[in-house]
Amino acid sequence: MSEKFDVIVVGAGPAGTSCAYTCAKNGLKVLQIERGEYPGSKNVMGGVLYRKQMEEIIPEFWKEAPLERPVIEQRFWMMDKESSVSFGYKGLEWGKEPYNNFTVLRAPFDQWFAKKGVEQGVLLINETVVLECLTENGKVVGVRTDRPGGDVYADVVVLADGVNSLLAKQLGYHKEFRPDEVALTVMEVINLSKDKINDRFNLEDNQGCTIEIFGDSTKGNLGTAFIYTNKESVNIGVGTTLSSMIKAKLKPYDLLDYLKTHPMVRPLIEGGESAEYLAHLIPEGGYHSVPKVAGDGVLLVGDAAQLVNAIHREGSNMAMASGKMAAETIIEANKRDDFSEASLNQYREKLYQSFIIKDLEKYKDAAHTFEHYPQYFKEYVPMMNRAASKFFTVDGTPKRDKQKEIMKSITSERGTIRVLQDMYRAWKAVK
Amino acid sequence: MHIVVCVKQVPDTKIIKINPKTNTLDRRSAPAILNPYDAHAVQEAVKIKKMLGKGIISVLSMGPPQATAVIKKSIEIGADRGFLISDRAFAGADTLATSYALSKALERISKENPVDLIICGKHAIDGDTGQVGPGIARRLDIPPVTNVIEVSELNESESTVLLKRKITSGYELIQAQVPCLLTVEKEINSIEYSPMPNMIKAARYEPVIWSVNDLEDVDRTQLGLKGSPTIVGKMFTPPKPEGGKRLEGNADEQVKQLMELLSDKKELFAPQ
Repeated sequence: MSEKFDVIVVGAGPAGTSCAYTCAKNGLKVLQIERGEYPGSKNVMGGVLYRKQMEEIIPEFWKEAPLERPVIEQRFWMMDKESSVSFGYKGLEWGKEPYNNFTVLRAPFDQWFAKKGVEQGVLLINETVVLECLTENGKVVGVRTDRPGGDVYADVVVLADGVNSLLAKQLGYHKEFRPDEVALTVMEVINLSKDKINDRFNLEDNQGCTIEIFGDSTKGNLGTAFIYTNKESVNIGVGTTLSSMIKAKLKPYDLLDYLKTHPMVRPLIEGGESAEYLAHLIPEGGYHSVPKVAGDGVLLVGDAAQLVNAIHREGSNMAMASGKMAAETIIEANKRDDFSEASLNQYREKLYQSFIIKDLEKYKDAAHTFEHYPQYFKEYVPMMNRAASKFFTVDGTPKRDKQKEIMKSITSERGTIRVLQDMYRAWKAVK
Repeated sequence: MHIVVCVKQVPDTKIIKINPKTNTLDRRSAPAILNPYDAHAVQEAVKIKKMLGKGIISVLSMGPPQATAVIKKSIEIGADRGFLISDRAFAGADTLATSYALSKALERISKENPVDLIICGKHAIDGDTGQVGPGIARRLDIPPVTNVIEVSELNESESTVLLKRKITSGYELIQAQVPCLLTVEKEINSIEYSPMPNMIKAARYEPVIWSVNDLEDVDRTQLGLKGSPTIVGKMFTPPKPEGGKRLEGNADEQVKQLMELLSDKKELFAPQ
């Protein structure tokens, strides 16, 4: 029989590598299998890496990790066709240790992170696809890869194979996605000189900025667009749930083109050279879509466990935290020499007691509410823009009269009762 | 049979960019890979070992410490062990100095385990010279056979090997005396999908790294930049060919246009 490991981790994204790193650091024999040419070659995200959860795995990682810029400003735009209401926060304290978050490019970052795992003793194998989990009497005992002599065995298999976890589906943990549980995001990396980025985004040196855009960025559909500054490029992308895309007959690349040529966006990226085009499914089902995360000899982490907070665009941090929790569970299980579901369920408990499931639970109805009641994106964003335009246009009308006029136009458009209903519903969904 | 395969780490020239100011390769713009011809060289060694049912395959490379990656890649394909010679003294070597350094390393490898066959790729895709392989053969005083597309009839008792060699007008069949050095074309084999046990072995493998002090009888003046008489006179990027002219209209119109174009180009016709 071929070699047996303590742990096999399938996938070398943030979740898989956090788990592999932590296990190896604690002396376990870890095999990590990645299908891409190298870790990060197939991995996609908008581009924000959160400091806190990464730091819990590698303290002071910012001193050596290939990061782009520390984010010192977060902007939010409520965008209409030819206008935008914006708010945000810029704080220089985010530009200093210990920082808040960073923009990153996944290819260099994931490669670096996986290398840290290898330094801890992880055996990393690239360009290898895991076809299925090997089971004996219902217990997962290893994996079958697509290579000759490709069966490898372990006490625990960790599925970190991403949002569309085929392995979890085979085990019956995942159902096929409903179109409203998953968003399709398309993005481009656009090369721009450092000077241009700093001028256009009002930044100095290596300061970074993120912009989240709601409203016309998705043509009023449920979803968001984003622009993040890297060192010498910007990531620009847009995503909506598959269900909205189907309903509105939108093509994702059309939506991205629409965003790039939008008069509010175009000046920021003018003259840039498109370097990469990426697309990714994002699990947005939230709390209700989290599958069974632990079984006999198997754990699900990161996107494979659908751990994404769509409202706060948090995913990689949840991936890392879940990977670490899985590792801690495995280390304990290894001491007890018990890898049954009952033993590994410790991971589920950790997950449900942590910020991950608590946050997902807080917003469990949000996506559904905003999907089911399209007025928030379709009507209120333009309404806000009209109100702001009216209020800030100097035309000799007393401000109090303007306020009255604005309130009147809002209530006459949707009716006072309905406005109150909408506000209450939105508050309930995110409270 | 002991086969040594010489391998080189090269930038992936399919995607590399050229610095427009200096006309040199911008090595940061492309990942480093195992020279594709060398991958076929390793694969051929694996094939020969399988054919004979025994033997040992060593790989040898020269380069910075990160070049251990191509040795690990060779282990994935099926090599048994690997050596890297890595030292500042080797830096800046041209093909003459490179073949000198590699031949010194081969002497050391041969001392422990006599070498029967050396296989190299036809050339490296970054320099395209194809000189290092024959250079090594000359220094070790063994016959070089370049552009090999088939290895057959390895006769161990007679120490001969039958080789098919690609030439412009067809191919040559050559019987060579072993030990000899081959440089191989890509069509010699197809790279097999490496088995899982090789992958695990490679992930664990730590190549032997030798500095210049680990090699014997080395004349340092023949190493690195000092030992490299090659001088690059000029480098330029060939201009991209412009797209041709497309003739529109029906067949008659197109023929008419073509005739006009041709008759305008007097330089196409021999002077009368």
